[in-house]
Parts: sequence; structure tokens; C-alpha cells
Amino acid sequence: MATNLNIEVSPISRVEGHGDLVIDVKNKRIEKLQFRIPESPRFFEAMLVGRDYSEASHLMSRICGICSVSHTFASIRATEAALGVNINDMILKLRKLVNHGEFLESNSLHVYFLAAPDFLGVGSVLPLLDSNPEIVNIAVNIKKVANDIVRIIGGRAIHPITTVVGGFTKLPSIADLKTIRNMLVALYPDFEVSMKLLKTIKIPDFERETEYLSISSKNEYALYEGNLKSSDGWEIENRDYLTRITEKVVQHSTGKHCRTPRGEYMVGALSRVNNNYSMLSYNAKKYAEELGLKPPCFNTFYINIAQFIELVHCVDDSIRLIDELIAQGLDEKKARVKIKVKSGRGVGIVEAPRGALIHDYTYERNGKISKANLIIPTNMNYANVEKDLEAFIPQIIDKSEDEIRLNCEMLIRAYDPCISCSTHLLNVKLINR
Amino acid sequence: MSRPKIGVFGLAGCGGCQLEILNLEEHLIDFIKAVDIVHFTEAITEHSDTYEIALIEGSVSTEHDRERLEHIASVAKTVVAVGACACTGGLNCLKNIYGLERAKELVYGDRKDWIDAIETMPIDRIVKVDHYARGCPPTRSEIVDIVRSLIAGKIPEISSYPVCIECKRLGNTCIYEFGVTCLGPVARAGCNARCPSAGAGCEACRGPIDEPNVNAQKDLLQKYGLTVEDVMEGFNLYNACKKIEQKNS
Repeated sequence: MATNLNIEVSPISRVEGHGDLVIDVKNKRIEKLQFRIPESPRFFEAMLVGRDYSEASHLMSRICGICSVSHTFASIRATEAALGVNINDMILKLRKLVNHGEFLESNSLHVYFLAAPDFLGVGSVLPLLDSNPEIVNIAVNIKKVANDIVRIIGGRAIHPITTVVGGFTKLPSIADLKTIRNMLVALYPDFEVSMKLLKTIKIPDFERETEYLSISSKNEYALYEGNLKSSDGWEIENRDYLTRITEKVVQHSTGKHCRTPRGEYMVGALSRVNNNYSMLSYNAKKYAEELGLKPPCFNTFYINIAQFIELVHCVDDSIRLIDELIAQGLDEKKARVKIKVKSGRGVGIVEAPRGALIHDYTYERNGKISKANLIIPTNMNYANVEKDLEAFIPQIIDKSEDEIRLNCEMLIRAYDPCISCSTHLLNVKLINR
Repeated sequence: MSRPKIGVFGLAGCGGCQLEILNLEEHLIDFIKAVDIVHFTEAITEHSDTYEIALIEGSVSTEHDRERLEHIASVAKTVVAVGACACTGGLNCLKNIYGLERAKELVYGDRKDWIDAIETMPIDRIVKVDHYARGCPPTRSEIVDIVRSLIAGKIPEISSYPVCIECKRLGNTCIYEFGVTCLGPVARAGCNARCPSAGAGCEACRGPIDEPNVNAQKDLLQKYGLTVEDVMEGFNLYNACKKIEQKNS
């Protein structure tokens, strides 16, 4: 049992990028708790200044290899809002399909490769090759389909090529869409096998209510577009985000911390499921019920379950989109709408797998960017991660040091922090004093 | 080198190159069995400080990056730069053009002094690099080919011809014909002309070929009514560090 505890986990592994956790407990009271982000800052807001509208999305996809599609679409939507570009329904559906590809890729990577080892009591996916080969195979299957969707439609699995302001540089064929549909349908048995395992894992009992933020739409489970919505009841348009979200530089982190008027808040799969549960597909809701995920859910560890539910939703919805696209046909002539540059400001908020992602650009008359602001989901979650840890550590303070360390890491990993994104490896250091 | 110990490391970058290794899909399990991955922060908790081959992603952008890189290179027998950021500095170099101090002020305001940041540079500016897997991101097969060559004791082969050759081989219509500006004539191939094949101009993410035929490129630009300046801005996207280097030499 630990009365005094000084933990530093450095680096926290199986997260994208770099992070450290420092915990200092004296007489069972937390004296200091910091989730530090020492990852190299990359200054994307400065890189954008002076660049042409046609380059922005390619530059911005390079913020993160794992959510390059989300950055591409947040960027494109900001530019299209600023330049007044209206896309057609075919382009919209193809974009949503590419976006589902990324959710399948990212959520499966996190659920199966990064989080599953925790619940199965091993250090990484490597031992699972011997102990649970079926899980590794399922992960590989889903990831392959996901990457194929982005590759076939986007031209490349990481940093898509064809997705540009105004539409696509090249369209897939109907045969391509049918191939993707067959691959998607083949994933349902994998979900059934996964459900058997998910029903057996023990999810830590930890609840802390916070504010849940996501985009939201009356028409669908919002991932590509929608208003910014809070579980506290407010809903605003994309361009008004600054009226509710403020950013702050903190000394222990190169990733800025974000706040709403209420304070810290959560973004990501659990926020989306909490805010938009009714819009999930039939299969997704059925699995959510079987796994005991009911909105509003205040248990951070359920983020992993929410991510799995979204995998099912994205497969269902991708099949719907493909069926509609096949029915309406693909027209190469409508692949790209004409762009006329002008001055103006545009904001694009999309859901990245890790949560709401905001790109805000101001353009000059010649179509070059004069000012940019980016708010990254992992940054929005930092403050909430710290609050969660403050509430969680007293609950587990009587466990062994190793267990405390692992539980803290698991809590942070549940958020699937994409730290390269937040321009910033997790270290937990634990020294008894 | 039978079943070499491999470390996968990331400096300042997007994690995409590491992800390309995780994205080997059906070949991933074979890859993991052919090598002994002892360090891979993005994917595994286990880590060791003994490895023969270091696969390094990302550019050097902080003092901390520089120290880590020097340490990794002192341990590894073979250093492989993976991806544009490690090979050329990649688009991180755009920050240098904007100006380091200005960039710090723009992003972090009056708290800029809390931030450890230096001018971005490719990793071969600090340590000796044995092999380069170029591109943003490199193709998965390229990363595997380099590791396979090293296991077999061979020298990995790297393309030294321009992307145009690959387009010709694929039978692509030159995308200049569609009004798209493309750096293919001077850009290093090896990607199987990914971008032109998808209807987009090459952005030279693998850097320039060793002896580019600049005159032929000028002729081509003239034919389509463009100037060198028109394309150089595009060239900056991944090669700004290179350009600054040339200016200073």
C-alpha cells in the first residue's frame, strides 16, 4: 500500500507520439499531477502562412499519420467555407466513405493493438500472437479493409492524394465500390468473435461526469460535418467555436490545454456516443446494449467500447453509402467543382477518431492563407485526463505500485491520445519517498 | 544478420512512417517473426536499449531530438532514415523559412520561451545515415526491402531516376496535359508515380534526383506556360531544408 508515491511514467507507450505522467502523492493526497507533453512542437500554424489554398490539406494531413484523413477533411472544409465552395452529393458521399475508412483503421488499431493488451494482461500485441491469435487476425483484417478503402478512393492509405478542395482528382470505379462492399460485409463474423471476447473483459469501475463535446447532426451519426454540441445542452455553428472554446499554453506541455466556460471537457468516441446515440446504426445499438454501454456513460474506460461500437456503425454506414453511390452512378464530370479564390475566413470542424478537430483559416484575395488556427482533439482532452487521474488515483491508491502505474497508463490510453497530433510519449515515474 | 534486433524510433514527425510498418497487414506477422523488434514506442510497451538496426522517423526539431538521435546512432550498427522528415527534414523545414522565433511567437505567444525548438534538420546533419527510405510516407515494400536486404547482407537498391520514367512505364498521360503542375521530371522515383497516377501533381516528397535535368524541366514548363518560380514554391513543401543548404553553400 502506498501512502507516499511519486510516479513518473516516461514514456507512456502505445500512444501515438510522446507523453509523460508525473504523480506525486503524500499522505494519500495528490500534491502534484501532470500529464506532460514534451514532444517536438512542429508549428503547423506558421507553416500554413503564405501557402496556397490547394496545398493546405496536403500540408495538414502531415500533422498526423493516423488521422491524416480527418486533418485533410477539416482543412478542406475550412477552405471550402472560406472560398464559398459548394460540393455535390456524390463528392460528399465519397468523402464520408473515405472518412469511415479512417475510423475503421484508427479505432481498430486502438481497440485491438493498443488497448486490448491491457485488458488481456500483456505488454503489447506481440504476446497476443501466441495467446490470442484470433484477435490479431481480426485486427489485421479490419485494418486491411480500412486501409484499402482509403487507398482505393483516396489514392494512398496514409496522406490521401485524390481528396482536394472542390472534390476528387480521380474517382474510383463502380467495380472498386463493389470490391469494397464485399470486403466490408466479410467483417461481420469478426465482430461476432470480438463480441465474445469483449463480454468477458473486466472494465474498471470508474465514473466521473464531465462535459462531453462532439459535432452533431439531425441527419446522421455526425463524423464529417455537424454543429458543435455539448452534453450540457448548448449547440453552436462551426464558425462560432471561439465563443465557447479557449486555448491556454501550459508550461509542462507543448500541447495547449483547452477549456469551455464550464472548464475541462471530453471529446472522442464516448462523447459522440453520449451525444448522438440515437443516430447509430441498428447493429451498433444492438452491440452497445449487449456490452452495457448506455448514454449518458460517465466511465472513461468505456471509450474503448464506444470505439468498437463505432467500428460496427462505420461498416453499416459505408455499405449504405456504397449502395446509394452505385444506384446514383459515378460521374467523372462532377468529380471536381470549379474554385474561385477570394478573401475570407472559414472554419471546418470534423470528428477525428480521437474527437472534434477544428481548422480555422483566413484567406487573402489571392487564395493564400494569412492566418490559421488549429485545435486538436488530444489537446482538448489533456485537462480532462488530469481531472480523471485526480479522481481515479485515490480509488486505486491501496494497490501495488505496478498496478497503480498500469491503471494510470490504461486510463490515459483509453483516450487514445494522438500526441503527434497535439504536436507533442508518455512517461509514468513512480518513486517512493 | 539472422533475426536482427530492430528499434523503431520517432523524432519530430507525424507517426505515419511507423504506422506504415503496422500497416504491413498480412505481411506484418511475417515481418515480426523475421526480426526481433525490441523498441517501438508507438506499438509496444517492452523496450530495450540493445539493437542492431535503428529505423528512425522524423526530423531533428528540438535539442532533445538531437540528444536522442545521437544516443540511438551510438547504439545501432545500421541507421535507416525512414520518410521525408528524416531524409530531407520534410515539411517541418517550412518553419525555418517562416523563421523559428516568429513561429514560436505565433503559436505560443508570450509563453514561447517555455518551448524547446531549434531549426529543423534532416537526421544526416547530425549522424551518419546508412540507408534512406524516402517519401511521405515511404511505400511499405520499400521499408521491408531495406530490412530484408540488411538481413541478407546486401545493399538496398534505391531509384535514381525521375518519376516521369515511372509514369511512362505505367502508360499514364502526362498530367501537364490536364493543366496540373508536376515535379515528376526532377523528383526521385520509387513510389510508382503514386500522385500523378491518382490525377495529382508530384510534390517531390522523395527529394530531387541526384543529377536533375533542369533544362528539360525548363523546356517543359515553357511548353505549358509556367516558370521555374511557379514550381519552386511547390518544391519547398518537402525540400525547404535542401534549398536553404544550397543557398548557404
